[in-house]
Amino acid sequence: MRVRMKVDGVQYEDEVEPRKLLTHHLREGLGRVGTPIGCDTSNCGSCIVLIDGDSVKSCSVLAVQADGADITTIQGLASGTEGSGTEGSGAQWHPVQRAFQEHHGLQCGYCTPGMIMATVDLLKRNPNPTEDEVRHGIEGNLCRCTGYQNIVKAVLSAASELRGDGPIPGSFQDAPVEKQEVPA
Amino acid sequence: MTEQLDAGLVAQEIAEHPDALSQPYAGGELGRGRRRKEDAKLVTGQTNWTDNITLPGLLHMAVLRSPMAHATIVSVDVSAALEMPGVIAAYSGADLADVMGASMPCAWPVTPDMVSPVHTPLATDAVRYVGDGVAVVIARDRYAAADALEAIAVEYDQLPAVVDMEVALAEGAPLVHESAGTNKCFVFDFPGAGADYAETVSAAGDDVVVVKRRFIQQRLLPTPMEPRGVVVAPIAAADEFTMYSTTQIPHILRVMLALTTGIPEHKLRVVAPDVGGGFGAKLNVYAEEILALVVARKLGRPIKWTESRSENYQATTHGRDQIQDIEIAASKDGTILGLKVELLADMGAYLQLITPGVPVLGAFMFPAIYKMKAYHFTCTGVFTTKTPTDAYRGAGRPEATFAIERIMDELAAELGRDPMELRKQNWIKHEEFPYDMVAGLTYDSGNYEAATEKAEKMFDMVGLRAEQARRRESKDPVQLGIGISTFTEMCGLAPSRVLGSLSYGAGGWESASIRMLPTGKVEVVSGATPHGQGHHTAWSQIVADSLGVPFEDVELIAGDTQSSPKGMDTYGSRSLVVGGVAIHKATGKVLEKAKRIAAHLLEAAEGDVEFAKGTFTVKGSPEASLTIQQVALATFAAHNLPDGMEPSLDSDYVYDPENFSYPHGTHLCAVEIDTETGFTKIRKYVCVDDIGKIVNPVIVEGQIHGGLAQGIAQALYEEAVYDAEGNLTTGSLVDYHVPAAPDLPHFDTGRTETPATSNPLGVKGVGEAGTIASTPAVVNAVVDALRPFGVNDIRMPATPERVWRALHGDGSPSSDGSDRAAAGTIAYGGTSTGSTAGAAASETIKSSGSAL
Ligand code: FES
Ligand code: FES
Repeated sequence: MRVRMKVDGVQYEDEVEPRKLLTHHLREGLGRVGTPIGCDTSNCGSCIVLIDGDSVKSCSVLAVQADGADITTIQGLASGTEGSGTEGSGAQWHPVQRAFQEHHGLQCGYCTPGMIMATVDLLKRNPNPTEDEVRHGIEGNLCRCTGYQNIVKAVLSAASELRGDGPIPGSFQDAPVEKQEVPA
Repeated sequence: MTEQLDAGLVAQEIAEHPDALSQPYAGGELGRGRRRKEDAKLVTGQTNWTDNITLPGLLHMAVLRSPMAHATIVSVDVSAALEMPGVIAAYSGADLADVMGASMPCAWPVTPDMVSPVHTPLATDAVRYVGDGVAVVIARDRYAAADALEAIAVEYDQLPAVVDMEVALAEGAPLVHESAGTNKCFVFDFPGAGADYAETVSAAGDDVVVVKRRFIQQRLLPTPMEPRGVVVAPIAAADEFTMYSTTQIPHILRVMLALTTGIPEHKLRVVAPDVGGGFGAKLNVYAEEILALVVARKLGRPIKWTESRSENYQATTHGRDQIQDIEIAASKDGTILGLKVELLADMGAYLQLITPGVPVLGAFMFPAIYKMKAYHFTCTGVFTTKTPTDAYRGAGRPEATFAIERIMDELAAELGRDPMELRKQNWIKHEEFPYDMVAGLTYDSGNYEAATEKAEKMFDMVGLRAEQARRRESKDPVQLGIGISTFTEMCGLAPSRVLGSLSYGAGGWESASIRMLPTGKVEVVSGATPHGQGHHTAWSQIVADSLGVPFEDVELIAGDTQSSPKGMDTYGSRSLVVGGVAIHKATGKVLEKAKRIAAHLLEAAEGDVEFAKGTFTVKGSPEASLTIQQVALATFAAHNLPDGMEPSLDSDYVYDPENFSYPHGTHLCAVEIDTETGFTKIRKYVCVDDIGKIVNPVIVEGQIHGGLAQGIAQALYEEAVYDAEGNLTTGSLVDYHVPAAPDLPHFDTGRTETPATSNPLGVKGVGEAGTIASTPAVVNAVVDALRPFGVNDIRMPATPERVWRALHGDGSPSSDGSDRAAAGTIAYGGTSTGSTAGAAASETIKSSGSAL
C-alpha cells in the first residue's frame, strides 16, 4: 500500500506491506533509527514518537494507519539553526533533552528517546505536574538503568523551564573540586 | 647531540599550533560531577545500537525455537521454508553440525569433575528448554524470515520436563542430559578458612542458639532494555569477519568465537557498538553470535539477527534461582560462632559462559561483615529443563547478602535483640582492618560504624520505631516495618591468581593505553567496554586529573577489538577499580617520559623538574616551564629529544589487582503494609554507601539508584515462573513485572568515604552495590511489619497476595502452585529440636510451612 507521511519535517511516500509496523517502517523503511524497539507487547515505551503532536507507541501502530500523519521522532525534536538542520551539530536541544542530561536522567540511553517524547507530550497536557503525576505520566515507559529518580527530576525541571520559571539546577558541578589525596 | 633547548623551533611549532599552548589546567577532576559526554548522542537519537546497523545486501536471520521443554528431535524439515519468497537459506542443527563448533564454551569448571554437557548453538539430538534453537532461516528482511520459520516442520518426541531442582536430584528423575547419567552438575564444597562448623557448635555446649532458614532466590529475567542482536560483516574471500554485537565482552567474545568455530582469532574483529544495558545478561557467548558468524561465513553475505523481547526472555540467560539452606549459630549473648550454607543452584539446561561460577562467587560473601569462627559452604549445581542461568547484576553476591542479612534479623528476633545492635556486636570494627575473614578474603578497609550512624540519622530510626510501636498498639490496619541491610560485597573482579585458584578460564586484569596527540589532545584506550556506565566521562576525568589536560580534550576508544585490542571487558563492578586504575597507571608512564623530555628541553636535571597542573617547571625558576601539550608537540616533532629516546609519549599499562575491593554500606527501608490488601508501599529508603574515593558523584548516584531499583524489584515485583511442563509463563513484559516509575520510591542516598587501600585511586566500585544491598533491606522490612502477626518469613517477590496469605494464615498452596515452603527451625543447646521443614517450623511460621 502507498503511504505518505511527514517525518521530522521531511515528506515521504512509500509502498509498504499492510502488516508493517510503523516502528519498522520508520527504522528500516526510512532509516530513522533514533527510535529503538524494546519489546513486542507495547509495554516498554522505547518506541514512542509524536504523531500529530500526541505521543504514540510506534510499535502499536501499522505504518498504513499513519498515512497522512505528521510524525516527530527524537531525531527531529531539536530545533535547527541556520546552516544546520535539527540534527546538525549546531542544533538547539529541546528543553526536555537538556533536562535529561542536566539531571542525569539516562544511563545506557535505550529508553531515552521514548522517555523524552513521552515527557514532551506529558508536559503539553500537564505543564505543572507533581512528582507523583510525573511518575504516573511516564508509567508506560520502562527504564532498567536509572531507578527513575533522575528522570523524574529531569521532567520536573523541563516543566519548570517550559513554564518560563527556569530549569531546576542540575546535579553537575562546573567548578573544580579540591584535589583529593589518594593513598600511595 | 644538542643539549641546547631549540627554543626557536618549539616556539615556531607552538605558534603554528596555538591550541597546544592555550589549554589551561582544568584541575581537580576526581570527585567532580562532570556532565556526561555520552549523553549528546543518546538524547538526540544519534546512537549506534546494533539493530541500527545496516549494510549493503544485509540478510536477516531468525531462529526457530523449541516450544517444548524437553524432547528428542526426530526430524527437522526446512524444505518448505526454502520455497518461501525472500528466503535465501534455512538450516537445521544437523545441517550446521560440522561448522558451528563442537560446543559453546563454559569458562568456569568449578570442580574438576563438573558435568559440562555438549551445548551446540542449534540443538541436534534433543531440545532441553523452551526456546532452545532448532533451526535458522536467512531471508531478505525480518518479516520474510519470521514467515519462513512457520514453514519449518519439526517432529519431536516429547520427554518429561524437570522444573524443580529437588525433583531433578531425586532418585529416578528424568535426566536433562541422558549421557551424563545425573542432573547433578557439580558439588562445590568449601570449608572456609576458619574452624570446623560442627565442632565449633558442639564445643559451645549449652551456650548456643542455632537458627535455620530456607530462603528461595527466585529466578529473574535481567531485561536490559535493549534486547540482544548481532550483525556479521564477512569478507568471505579472505575468511575475515567483523561482528557487531550487543555484548558487554567483545574481547572475551572474540577469543571464544575463535576457539569455538576455529576461525583464527586475528581474522575476527568484534565490536560492541552502543549497548543498551547488560546487567550480566550480555556477559556471554550466545548461540546466535556463533550462528550469525558461521552462516555469514557459509553464504558470504552480511547477516543480522535481532531478538524480540519475548525471545529475550527465553533465549537470554536468567539470573538467581537458588534454594538456600542456611544455619547460623551464636552464643546466647549474641556473638556469632559460625555459619553453614547449603545451596542448590539451578544451572538451567546447559552451562553458559560462567553459569556454575555464579553461586560459587557467593561462597565468599555469606559471612559478610561479621566476625565468626567457623564457616562451611556447599553448593550443588543442578540441571533442569529451563533457560540457562548466568550472571545477573551482583552474580552470587546478592543471593549471599540476602541470606545472611535475613538470618541476622531472624537471629535477633530469636534472641529478643534489636537487629542493629546484634549487627554492631558482630561486625568488624573500623580499627580492626585489614581483617582476615573466615571465608578466606582479606577486607582491606571499611567503616561500618560511620555508614550506619549516618544512615540512621538520615532515616530517623528513633522516630520511625516510635511510629511503628504506635501503629502496633492501635492495631492500625496499616502497619510499619523497618528493614536493615548492612552489606558488603567483593568487587573489582579480579586478581588473576585468585581466579586461577577458582579454576576460572581467564585472568582478571584490565588494559589501558594513553595516546598523546600532536595537538595536545589525548586518546585513552580502555579494555573495559561501556554499556551505560559513563566510562567516557569518568575516564576523561581520570586522565584530565592526572595529566592536567582539559576534560574536554580527552576521548575514549573502547569496545572494538581492532582499536582497543586488549581487554577483559565490563562486569563485576570492575571498570573503575581495575580499568580505571590501569588508566591512572598508564598516565603515570606518560608523565615519566614527558618529564625526561621536558628536562631535556628545559636544560635541567630531571630531578629538578616538577610537574603540577599540567606544567613542567624547573625548581626555583618558574619562568622555565613547558606544558604537557608543548611536550607532546615537541615529542611529535622529535627534532630535539634526549639521545636514544623513542619519539612517543604513548604508554600502555595492564593492571592486575592485588585484592578485591569491598564496598559496603547501610541500607534502611521502611515499608507500610496494608494488612487488609497485603499491599506493600516503600515509605522511606535511605542508603549510605561507602565505595571509597569517587570519580564522579553524579554517575555514582545514578548507579546506586539503578541498583536499588533492581534489588527492590526482586524483593517485591519480579519472578520468572515456569509451569510444570517447563513453559515460561512470564514470557513477556505483560507478565513479568519490571517496575515502572510509580512502583519505586524516592531514594535518599548518602556516602561515607573510606578509601580502598588496595589500589592507588582508593576506589571500590559501585555498579552492583544497590542491587546487592536493597533486596534484604526490603524483605526484612516486610517481615518486620508482619512479625507481630506470627510471620517470620515471606517468599520473594512479596506480592500483595503473598503478604495477605501470610497475614491470614492461609495454609493452601499459593496460586503459583509451588510447594517450596519457607521453612525454619530454632534449636537451643546445640541439639536441633526438629528437622528443617518439620514440627519446629510450624512454631515459628504461622502459615505452617505453606508456600508464601
Ligand atoms: S517497543 Fe513499543 S512499547 Fe516496547
Ligand atoms: S537509561 Fe538504560 S534503560 Fe533507561
